[in-house]
Amino acid sequence: MADAEEPMAVDGGHRDCDWDGRWNHVRKFLERPGPFTHPDFEPGAEALSGFGVIHVVDMDVIDVSNLNRQFLFRPKDVGRPKAEVAADFINSRIPGCKVVPHFKKIQDLGESFYKQFHIIVCGLDSIIARRWMNGMLISLLSYEDGVLDSSSIIPLIDGGVEGFKGNARVIVPGMTACIDCTLELYPPQINFPMCTIASMPRLPEHCIEYARILQWPKEKPFGDTGLDGDNPQHIQWVFERSQERAAEFNITGVTYRLTQGVVKRIIPAVASTNAVIAAACATEAFKIATSSYIPLNNYLVFNDVDGLYTYTFEAERKENCSACSQVPQDLQFPPSAKLQEVLEYLTESASLQMKSPAITTTLEGKNKTLYLQSVKSIEERTRPNLCKTLKELGLSDGQELAVADVTTPQTVLFKLNFTA
Amino acid sequence: IMAATKASKEQRYDRQLRLWGDHGQEELENAHICVINATATGTEILKNLVLPGIGAFTIVDGHTVTGEDVGNKAQAATELLQELNSDVSGNFVEESPDKLLDNDPEFFHRFSVVIGVQLPESTCLRLGSVLWSASVPFLVCKTYGLIGYMRLVVQEHTVIESHPDNALEDLRLDQPFAEFQNHVKSYDLDSMDKKDHSHTPWIIIIAKYLEKWFSEHNCQLPKNYKEKEAFRQFIREGILKNENGVPEDEENFEEAIKNVNTALNLTKIPGAVEDLFNSEQCNNITSQTPSFWVMLRAVKEFVHNEGNGSLPVRGNVPDMIADSQKFINLQNVYREKALQDAAAVSKHVECLLQSVGKVCSKNASFLRVVRCRSLAEEYSVDSVNKDEITSCMDNPDSEMVFYLMLRAVDRFYQQHSRYPGVYNYQVEEDISKLKLSVNSLLQEYSLNVNIKDDYIHEFCRYGAAEPHTVSAFLGGSAAQEAIKIISHQFVPFNNTFIYNAMSQTSATLQL
Repeated sequence: MADAEEPMAVDGGHRDCDWDGRWNHVRKFLERPGPFTHPDFEPGAEALSGFGVIHVVDMDVIDVSNLNRQFLFRPKDVGRPKAEVAADFINSRIPGCKVVPHFKKIQDLGESFYKQFHIIVCGLDSIIARRWMNGMLISLLSYEDGVLDSSSIIPLIDGGVEGFKGNARVIVPGMTACIDCTLELYPPQINFPMCTIASMPRLPEHCIEYARILQWPKEKPFGDTGLDGDNPQHIQWVFERSQERAAEFNITGVTYRLTQGVVKRIIPAVASTNAVIAAACATEAFKIATSSYIPLNNYLVFNDVDGLYTYTFEAERKENCSACSQVPQDLQFPPSAKLQEVLEYLTESASLQMKSPAITTTLEGKNKTLYLQSVKSIEERTRPNLCKTLKELGLSDGQELAVADVTTPQTVLFKLNFTA
Repeated sequence: IMAATKASKEQRYDRQLRLWGDHGQEELENAHICVINATATGTEILKNLVLPGIGAFTIVDGHTVTGEDVGNKAQAATELLQELNSDVSGNFVEESPDKLLDNDPEFFHRFSVVIGVQLPESTCLRLGSVLWSASVPFLVCKTYGLIGYMRLVVQEHTVIESHPDNALEDLRLDQPFAEFQNHVKSYDLDSMDKKDHSHTPWIIIIAKYLEKWFSEHNCQLPKNYKEKEAFRQFIREGILKNENGVPEDEENFEEAIKNVNTALNLTKIPGAVEDLFNSEQCNNITSQTPSFWVMLRAVKEFVHNEGNGSLPVRGNVPDMIADSQKFINLQNVYREKALQDAAAVSKHVECLLQSVGKVCSKNASFLRVVRCRSLAEEYSVDSVNKDEITSCMDNPDSEMVFYLMLRAVDRFYQQHSRYPGVYNYQVEEDISKLKLSVNSLLQEYSLNVNIKDDYIHEFCRYGAAEPHTVSAFLGGSAAQEAIKIISHQFVPFNNTFIYNAMSQTSATLQL
């Protein structure tokens, strides 16, 4: 959700949609001075109209399994775009608030869209998407003579949940730790080794991955279609194949529920934890919009498995963060190193964790693609480069490499430093 | 139609069934919750109970709809909440809780949990006493400005499935049971071919090397860092070498070395479980005893008999590098032992009157009981937890100050029939009045602590406001605690939770 530019009501909450007493709880925080308020806070009634315009971006449609916690949706809405249903619901129920929906991926929108907002709030379901959003806001920063222009800063409030655990953080791009500064905080995704799946299964999950990764592409049970985790027939097929494989190895525990969980990488979720993290994010949005209190500085962790546990700390900026430090990124390799090694470093290094980087450079005044994975023809053409050494490819010490990847909206520039 | 409804419920609740299972969901659907006062906080709590499918809720609220609480009163709230989930039955009683306590206190006996929201102190204490006698769990919730407060009042809440986050494995390498020892004997590391050698589970490797170590160290386990290092090195020497004497890549041996530290942990009964074994309920089983204690006693009997001083074997082994057959065989050794132990526990249970000890057996290390002090004990001058209060107040950042401020505003309310600073003109003059309430509170309980004026000013500033985002935070927190009480899974807090939205910090206090 994001807030858009709208002139705030000047006479303090007396629009037609504001009945008597509507803002009584909120106005105490806006009109009254206090000992814990933000140094910049000025008591007044100007912000008294709530968040006027909110844009919502979501690429998903509603699924039945969303209904246990996503309370803006009803059974009749299943199949419709989340952004549109959410907008309809709020627009018809909350007078004075306008929600504009965008049934799109965040990556489908660009600079001109994002720079209109005062605050961006994210509830994304992947680290890649978070990094992209993070990168977008960093790219909007402008520097004059090396000094950050504070009017180009758009704060980012980011929330995430997994079962009974959650976190909320406030990122002020260019000033506080960003997503990439703390990449090491995010646990790596579990991917079982291929040899285990192919020949040495031990757990029911291994059997399911065997059916998904090896049997499905080979047997093509429903023609040339990809495996669709939302198609019960597809899941049933995987389930049955998994049971057969499990029986072969005397492995117990394959169930339909587990099958679906593994295929769709399902993360358990409940209404309560989601509500806690959403509330924490909303509190920060309120603080930032009204300057009434100092915002969270800058990371909150929550866990209610055993009692209720919170931990609040200040995540530190990384001096050489590849996203926000403006420090040119170093690549240290001997000239005899193969391009493959550089590719592996970009994907496996804890601080970069790129997904499928495309590497280009300038050679003899011309732009040259060294390796690109996402377009089949280019991948085939550039694949032989992986086995060539950096020297063989004509690269020299100090050469600049431009790397593009889904984790960032802008290319990252690296400087090649030849080691002995 | 039954099958279709069940299937659609499974789909709808899929994401939460993966946390508390079908049996937890069943408990939830059989529960009836009461929420007193459909304020922002009350309705947020209800939303988070209706969405996951609580069986029924009843709202008790004697207030009428005012401008600042649009849509939050009993009937309006009930209708809107029911819309969230058609499986849930909603009821409302347009009556103040005080009136109900006067005329029909047994009204509250029917509920699985009673959640009291924004209740004044006197109502809270009255209700607390009724619910304590009736053994109905009571959750007190309050949103006051940017502070959230919860107090759980339950005499005795038992938890079999606590689902601990980072439990240690139960491998018994320090005291291997007979079936495991036999299984280990079936391996001869020295005569294995390379493939088998590299795919032997690390548990077997450690067991084998422990046997050798025992024979050279007078049957003593590696005890200190030096000995464990030597043991790790000992295992490392067992890695196969190629014809040039270079060690091969044996990941299973690396796993064994990595796991030496935790694998050598002594098998012992957790202190919390020992305390339960020593408790009165465990040792005094009658026909009235709840099944948790009967099962616990059966586990205790097991420990003193078949278990030879140890709990029933849990039966889980972590995944590890191994070929399928070796892993499954090893896993089965542990699983069968666990089943055997569980059967023995069940036999004890039978002898102790009841049935079903299996779940208790598997979770024996993680059994928990939560006992909260009553509100009467918390509020009485004779039994107030002075130590907890004064030691927390030594730390200037402690959330304890907010607890004392909430008690002080309650006191203010009792005296002036209103909360401080509700109207702008009151803020200044109420500061000195609230200060008097604070001082009288500290004096009554002989609390030698200092509360800075800033907090008194801030609490006047709040004017008993109930901001929505703070209500929502509490709404999620309280709902989950209620679900823990109903499902007897995961562990509830004990007994006071304070949330500070200014700093996004919290604390759990035992008062």
